[in-house]
Amino acid sequence: MFSDKLIIALGERDGISGPAIAACATAAGGSVAFIATECFV
Amino acid sequence: MDVRSQEAIRSLADQHGKDKLLVLLGAPDPESAEIAAETVVQGDPSYAGPLAGAQLGLVVHHVLDPAVRQHVPPAVWEEQIGVMADVLDGAALTAAVAAMRRRAEGS
Repeated sequence: MFSDKLIIALGERDGISGPAIAACATAAGGSVAFIATECFV
Repeated sequence: MDVRSQEAIRSLADQHGKDKLLVLLGAPDPESAEIAAETVVQGDPSYAGPLAGAQLGLVVHHVLDPAVRQHVPPAVWEEQIGVMADVLDGAALTAAVAAMRRRAEGS
């Protein structure tokens, strides 16, 4: 799933943050291309 | 999804092609997960951002999807996701994003 993939980590403040998603993706073997933590208010 | 994120996703898709990209979401509820997934699959549903009308068809999963989790070392998962996996409804989030993938495959 992660091999040779560029990961777009779209987190949310009230859910799981972008950096947390990115850390999981990196540990799983993916390369992270973009990280964001959005906030819907 | 904010404009900056939409711009970055569009740029990455243009540079690398959609098959190279994998989108992982951290939305807290199925509704926001579905909107985010729709944006990267079928385009911005609000027609306000750079992805309006852009049917990128990107592969997208919620990070709590078991198909994602199985690839993450348990120690990293616990450190980064931890209790949020218990607080959020992972099954509903996974289902919401999967439904959007199926819609894309059927279109």
